[in-house]
Amino acid sequence: MSTQPAPVPEPPAEAGRSPSDLLRTAFGVLKSIPIVWLLLIVMFVWIANADANFLTPSGFLLYLKRAAPLAILAIGAYFVLASGEFDLSVGSLVTVVVVVAARLSDGDPSNTVPVLLVLFAIGLAVGLFNGFCTTILRVPSFIVTLAMLLMLSGAVFLWTGGAPRGALADNFRSIGRDGVEGVPWIDQIPYSVILLVAFAGTAMWLARGGFGRRVLAVGDNDRAAALSGIAVHRVRIATFVISAMSAVLAGIILGGFAGVTAQVGIGLEFEAITAAVLGGTLLGGGRGSVNGAIGGALVLTALFMLLNLYAVDRALEQTFTGIIIVAAVAFTAFRERAG
Amino acid sequence: MTGTVKNAFGTFARTTSGPVYLVLVVVFVICFTVVTIDGGTFLSVDNVREMLVNSVALGIVAAGQTLVILGASLDLSVAYVISLSSLIGAETMDGENSRMMLGIGAVLLFGLGVGLVNGLIITKLRVNAFIATLGVGLVIRGYIEANYAGPAGRTGDDFRKLGFESWGPIPLSVILLALVVAGVWFLLRYTGFGNRLYAVGGDEQVAKLSGVRTHRVIITAHVLCALAAALTGLFLASRLGAGSPLVGQEATYDLQSIAAVVLGGTYLLGGRGGVLGTIAGVFILAMLDNTFDQLEVNSFAKDVARGLIIIAAVAAYSVRWSKRRRRQEIAAEGGLPPGGEPAVAGGGVAR
Repeated sequence: MSTQPAPVPEPPAEAGRSPSDLLRTAFGVLKSIPIVWLLLIVMFVWIANADANFLTPSGFLLYLKRAAPLAILAIGAYFVLASGEFDLSVGSLVTVVVVVAARLSDGDPSNTVPVLLVLFAIGLAVGLFNGFCTTILRVPSFIVTLAMLLMLSGAVFLWTGGAPRGALADNFRSIGRDGVEGVPWIDQIPYSVILLVAFAGTAMWLARGGFGRRVLAVGDNDRAAALSGIAVHRVRIATFVISAMSAVLAGIILGGFAGVTAQVGIGLEFEAITAAVLGGTLLGGGRGSVNGAIGGALVLTALFMLLNLYAVDRALEQTFTGIIIVAAVAFTAFRERAG
Repeated sequence: MTGTVKNAFGTFARTTSGPVYLVLVVVFVICFTVVTIDGGTFLSVDNVREMLVNSVALGIVAAGQTLVILGASLDLSVAYVISLSSLIGAETMDGENSRMMLGIGAVLLFGLGVGLVNGLIITKLRVNAFIATLGVGLVIRGYIEANYAGPAGRTGDDFRKLGFESWGPIPLSVILLALVVAGVWFLLRYTGFGNRLYAVGGDEQVAKLSGVRTHRVIITAHVLCALAAALTGLFLASRLGAGSPLVGQEATYDLQSIAAVVLGGTYLLGGRGGVLGTIAGVFILAMLDNTFDQLEVNSFAKDVARGLIIIAAVAAYSVRWSKRRRRQEIAAEGGLPPGGEPAVAGGGVAR
């Protein structure tokens, strides 16, 4: 991927190994690491300092469990952003998933499998609609997915009569809540972390293959991509479907976390985009990586955790988040110019 | 004679805000028919006045948003700027008429500051406008939520006139909207800043190479946009009689204003469009709202319908526009005699 570090020039051999050379090499290595991982290390050290439990296997898995929905959404956002489009509808799709699941499942465990199938069908439909309007009808994706956000939240509350109804069955909730028990040394591996790893693995495999290269080519210059024989429309529609599916998966996990509220998805679309951008994805397309997007989501979650640890007022949490996001992206831009 | 009229109409229809006025007329006819059949009145003086007043807040923000979008930028912080402006205005005025100008000054100063910060972050720190204004919006939002739990401050009686009094049959607020739109239109059409903004939005690199100080242009556009949002906050404070911490977010003025701009035919990637289209977009949304209200449509169904209509309208002229572009490309490559397509259509810029 294009965000991978450029090779660090070896110091000339005859210069010897004076301390200043070592320092320069160390600095060069540091400069070549994408900023998102540096930020993550800083966050980890800071959290571990404040909360010793963080570095135990169960403490760290708990953190990964919390990060899973955002990381999954960030992966979805990566594909759409890398192809040069936006998806603002994922937050409301998450809400739709939770509210629809609660109403259909109605607390009955035997309903869970059909409900999951319905949810993925909804995701597929939303992704196809977003992709169709953006490519065939040529409406800017910002507007399509913004309208989709309006329509989804309108439709779901029209259907439920204004407030969420029903309840999630226990086996549905356990997807987000429980995990594989009795693993030696680490007790429990949360299902959400397993889902994240599976989704991330699939996404990386896709990104490394021909599809991922086509996505970046389309995002870099769709005209050139079309002229070189890439089915631009098909690639973009696929990215919208991936993004919508990531929202469904995140919604299923979040349903287990928090229960049924209409607020569950609010603002998630911006968090997902922020995570992807922190991880080096270029808005406008053509550059970025799946692992960067995951790193961005891990940084954001760590940041929320840190602010929680220091008992920062929930409102001021947003202020800090805003400042840190802008600073991180500004620093990345600065380093690119300097390097 | 008819030829001239036809030509003029053709030129108008080819501009980016041409099609949006056709959509405006179509939506008007549909709304008028539907409401009349339902037994309501659509064209009464009262109803028209209500629709106009309901367009004021969105119209002013959207006029500002037009400027930044023309410059290939974007402002997602406007909703929070509106809320905090209403609070700053109402708290500074504190219910006294004598402090009205002080309140207005404080709010405009605040808008100026936010616009400067947005513009500087985008140009000097080279942060993408989406992330920069989202971040600044979060900062303001955090400040609001940490300091205000509910409505605060009180506007003086004199200031409330802005929201409720009329000058003859025309509400003062509508005059305010007209002034803002006229001002933006004048800026875009007749000033160097307007020309430079179109140039920067069309291609920043080319603009820079032709000697435009692109940073200044973008910063100015952001300052004007934030000032428009601050003005909207003042207007809403005058309507409510107090400042409200939620007034900007509840109506999602950030996303609605962008939707109105694009509905108005301005190209989301900059360089093409104008404020007259935007105001038509705002009127389309206001007419739809009014019709849904008169038909007593469920508010959630309203959202669904509004979403579909926005997509349909923008799709209608996107497809048209791309067809025209393809024709021009063919013409440019010598495939077709260019006689049928006047050269001015190449820019197709309506301001």
